[in-house]
Amino acid sequence: MDADARLTADLARDLDGSFEAVVLAHQDRLYTIALRVLGDPRDAEEAAQDALVRAYRAMAGYEAARIRDLRLRGWLTTIVLNLCRSTALRRAARGAPPLTLDGPVALPIEPGTPPGNGPLDIAERRDDRERWSARLLALPTAYRTVIVLRHVDGLSYPEVAAVLGRPEGTVKAQVHRGIALLRTMLEADTRREFQEMSA
Amino acid sequence: MTIQPGRANPMADPTTDAFAAALSTLGAVAPPTLRPAVLVETGLADRYAVLDSPVGTLVVAWNGLGVAMVDLAGDAAAFEGRHLALTGRPAFAAASVPERLAGAIARRLGGDRRVRIDLDLRGHTPFEQDVWRKALEIPRGEVRPYGWVAAEIGRPRAVRAVGTALGHNPVPLIVPCHRVVRTDGSIGQYSLGGPSNKRTILATEGLDPEAMEDAARRGERLVGCASTRIVCWPSCRTGRHMLERNRRPFRSLADAAAAGYRPCKVCRPVATIASAA
Repeated sequence: MDADARLTADLARDLDGSFEAVVLAHQDRLYTIALRVLGDPRDAEEAAQDALVRAYRAMAGYEAARIRDLRLRGWLTTIVLNLCRSTALRRAARGAPPLTLDGPVALPIEPGTPPGNGPLDIAERRDDRERWSARLLALPTAYRTVIVLRHVDGLSYPEVAAVLGRPEGTVKAQVHRGIALLRTMLEADTRREFQEMSA
Repeated sequence: MTIQPGRANPMADPTTDAFAAALSTLGAVAPPTLRPAVLVETGLADRYAVLDSPVGTLVVAWNGLGVAMVDLAGDAAAFEGRHLALTGRPAFAAASVPERLAGAIARRLGGDRRVRIDLDLRGHTPFEQDVWRKALEIPRGEVRPYGWVAAEIGRPRAVRAVGTALGHNPVPLIVPCHRVVRTDGSIGQYSLGGPSNKRTILATEGLDPEAMEDAARRGERLVGCASTRIVCWPSCRTGRHMLERNRRPFRSLADAAAAGYRPCKVCRPVATIASAA
């Protein structure tokens, strides 16, 4: 029995008594998904919070058997993505720039640099994370979403397909294209860095 | 750069693995404010903060369902203990009561009964909730006896239980249990710091508690108007403009009826079971 199955069994028995465990188990990943999809920490916190509140309210109206059958990970992911979508729409309607699309993505580091633990290594890793996060945000939404689910959150292809309601083949192709776009960005960044250094 | 789906296996490409490794470091930690916010919004925990009132500083606890508790401000640990005992939920301290809620409470205390304040009364009995809902109908500046509440909720003999339910009111001031007095007309008990606070609050609302109790001691339970032949509870707003020479105090509804007076349709005086409270 995996952690989610244990959680849904507890929730079916005692929703109020077990819900905090769901929050603790899923808040980081829901926040991460929202953050990497939306790019804004405040919007992300709101989306993750709202997703958990909606999940609770939905379960409060479900019968025990239905709660037990929930695939918590995927279900919560679907809820948070829906909220991300409406946040993005709201933001667009407000006229706010949807995302930092063409922001300069400077000074890339080759992926797969062996990790070190000195202060410089840590700072470099943080810079590295910021650059990768910026590249993700520069991707078209469809590619960004599948890559966040597959590679940041670590859902399997069948899980991503179920969450998005798309065929698995489509999801794989979108991930592949997204990665190809990221590679193009990385190469462009590397070229820019090289030109800056040799200028 | 078009990649045909199904042609290539993306994971066979070593640079894809490197990308996957880089992307897998993008996990973030939820802000510490997220969990409390979710628990409060779902009503699994409360927030609390202090608020000024006519009887001094109050502590108000609320969640996504409504206000759950109002208490006199003491030290935080004591409040959290009482709150936990009453609700069974944890309480997180907040910097202040949200502006909208604070404004609504201020307006309600100022006598505006139209302002909506959601209440979280889970865990309390339907009888208690009936009593509190009825108390909410009593306008500012007026009082009704316990027996009236009992009669109005269809439990005319449950006068003592009404008193107990009002004593357990978790949201005093918002649910104005201070506007319910003893059937003999004396002020009676008050959960929020005792009877002297009850007098203070009633005086703030424009009543004269001493005069009320004097009248009660003289046996004046009801007041009739000689020109309209209508009998009311003494604080009923319809009697406010009555000329002094038309004022007719009565000891009971039966006395008033015998004198040819009918009960007011606004304050609905009833024959109360005086012995019980």
